[in-house]
Amino acid sequence: MSKQELEKVAANGLINRRHLLGLGLAGMGTVASTSLLGADAGLNLEIPGWSKAPGANASGYGSRSRFTDDMQRMAGNPNPLYPGGGSSRSPLHQLHGSITPNSLHFERHHAGIPDIDPAQHKLVIHGLVRQPLVFSYEDLLRYPMVSKIYFLECSGNSGSLFGPNPADGSAQSLHGLVSGAEWTGIPLSTLLDEAGVYPEARWINAVGADAASMGRSIPLNRAMDDVMLALFQNGEPVRPGQGYPMRLFVPGCEGNISVKWLTQIKLTREPTHFRDETSKYTDTRLDRKSQQFTFPMGTKSVITAPSGQMKLERQGIYQVTGIAWSGRGSIRRVEVSADGGRTWADAMIDSHQSEKALARFRIPWQWSGGDAVLQSRATDSQGNVQPTRTSLVTEKGNISTYHFHGIQSWAVNTAGDVANVYA
Amino acid sequence: MFTLKKLLTASAVSASLVIGLSAVVQAQSLGIPINESQLQDFDLIAQPDGSGYPQGSGTAMQGKAIFERRCVACHGMTGEGTSANTRLVGGDMQSEERPIRTVGSYWPHASTLFDYVQRAMPADAPKSLTSDEVYQVIAYVLNLNGIIEDSLILNKETLMQVEMPNKDGFIDSSQAL
Repeated sequence: MSKQELEKVAANGLINRRHLLGLGLAGMGTVASTSLLGADAGLNLEIPGWSKAPGANASGYGSRSRFTDDMQRMAGNPNPLYPGGGSSRSPLHQLHGSITPNSLHFERHHAGIPDIDPAQHKLVIHGLVRQPLVFSYEDLLRYPMVSKIYFLECSGNSGSLFGPNPADGSAQSLHGLVSGAEWTGIPLSTLLDEAGVYPEARWINAVGADAASMGRSIPLNRAMDDVMLALFQNGEPVRPGQGYPMRLFVPGCEGNISVKWLTQIKLTREPTHFRDETSKYTDTRLDRKSQQFTFPMGTKSVITAPSGQMKLERQGIYQVTGIAWSGRGSIRRVEVSADGGRTWADAMIDSHQSEKALARFRIPWQWSGGDAVLQSRATDSQGNVQPTRTSLVTEKGNISTYHFHGIQSWAVNTAGDVANVYA
Repeated sequence: MFTLKKLLTASAVSASLVIGLSAVVQAQSLGIPINESQLQDFDLIAQPDGSGYPQGSGTAMQGKAIFERRCVACHGMTGEGTSANTRLVGGDMQSEERPIRTVGSYWPHASTLFDYVQRAMPADAPKSLTSDEVYQVIAYVLNLNGIIEDSLILNKETLMQVEMPNKDGFIDSSQAL
């Protein structure tokens, strides 16, 4: 295969996505690795040692290869004045596919992770209902459940991109407060119907059993839609850091309203105006009015490789890959640019995208050793197009730093260093 | 199994036969009835309309002593904070430069201050303050911001009447698609 047969679809080396499949890797390998045309005399393959002795026994609980221990969430340093507060970020640059392993799912806590005995935990539904009810964990396990794949994103994710200067960061440090998982639980409407919601109720007020008793108000119409009481994540009980034994899950919406360690749902006429929906998680606009209850996360994508703080060691063909998501639907299109947004090419995404879930995208790109600026731009099933950073910051200002969903730019220099830039 | 007892419970709490039947179809109705009076110590929600405020009272003068004992490590001697996140006092939403957002300049409802302190403060020992102490300490924070007089006895009636400077500063976007 020759270079001429790889169809260039946008400037600066982007190659038709169809080369990922069929023609794909063989052709790419030939172009990328001309050095393999001649055999390396020093490379004589032998049977390795692990093929000559029995390995470890099966175990009760699995662990990853010791060679992958460098895959870690990035957690900030503990703040003694804010015990248990903080977050940990998923290593987006090391992950593939669209499901985040539970051990690497991002976390955000407001007063640490409580150690909850499910036999002692209660979920109360009360307020404007015909019959206030209390549920045990054991009884909740007997309800009919649904399983859905959804993304979850902290509204503070990517917030540093509101700043005046681009931070030196990685896909993980800049964008790692997003993850994807299959969530299994009880439609919240089932439990609300059992309590019998009075017609004058307009909001649910959800409170967790952590030390902060973190609470959020959610409109009843949204709560009766696709919200679930999630008990399982990727098949296993929700982990303590994600709300064990149960959490609210509000698909597509800022992560904070998917209240973890859920213990109370109170139905009321008005929202409570909790601290985390007034002081925090609100968006002050340029006119100094502040938007409250800005729930759906914007149409967004980020290239996870090549990405910030990586280094391209040699010229040749790379798979540009990343994730895209929208709080308002599924991902229909992801375009990639290698010239800072002047020309674009369609990336490959899987044909059947779930609503409000991560979509993995890929496109081949030939790096010829020059400067490049890699960008991705998502379009969702509602026709929403991811905006440029400039247009987002011009519209929203940067008094608040929540809900950033602008286009990320990764610059590649002639040395192959990849860095976050504003382009 | 859907037992007769459960069926009777479901029917008893149902306003109509239709709901009783739907409970049968669901075959699960496992919530245990409870009364609001049994939730008095459990439900900490305090709303702007005055619902959920406990009995008790306090003044800023009383709150100063508690604040200086329990709050200053993070919030500073007079609420100036040890970081932007812990600053409680000052700021102006209409300032030329980027506004400093605090309890005084930003929070739209005094009820939020009660609700948050009661459920989550102090950070190293949440829920360790009595209701009187919560009224006292929030009276002090409101007084530091010049929102109430230092002689005002804050209680469920007077708290409901406290007007925050930024009360009209928020737009409800909850129904935006």
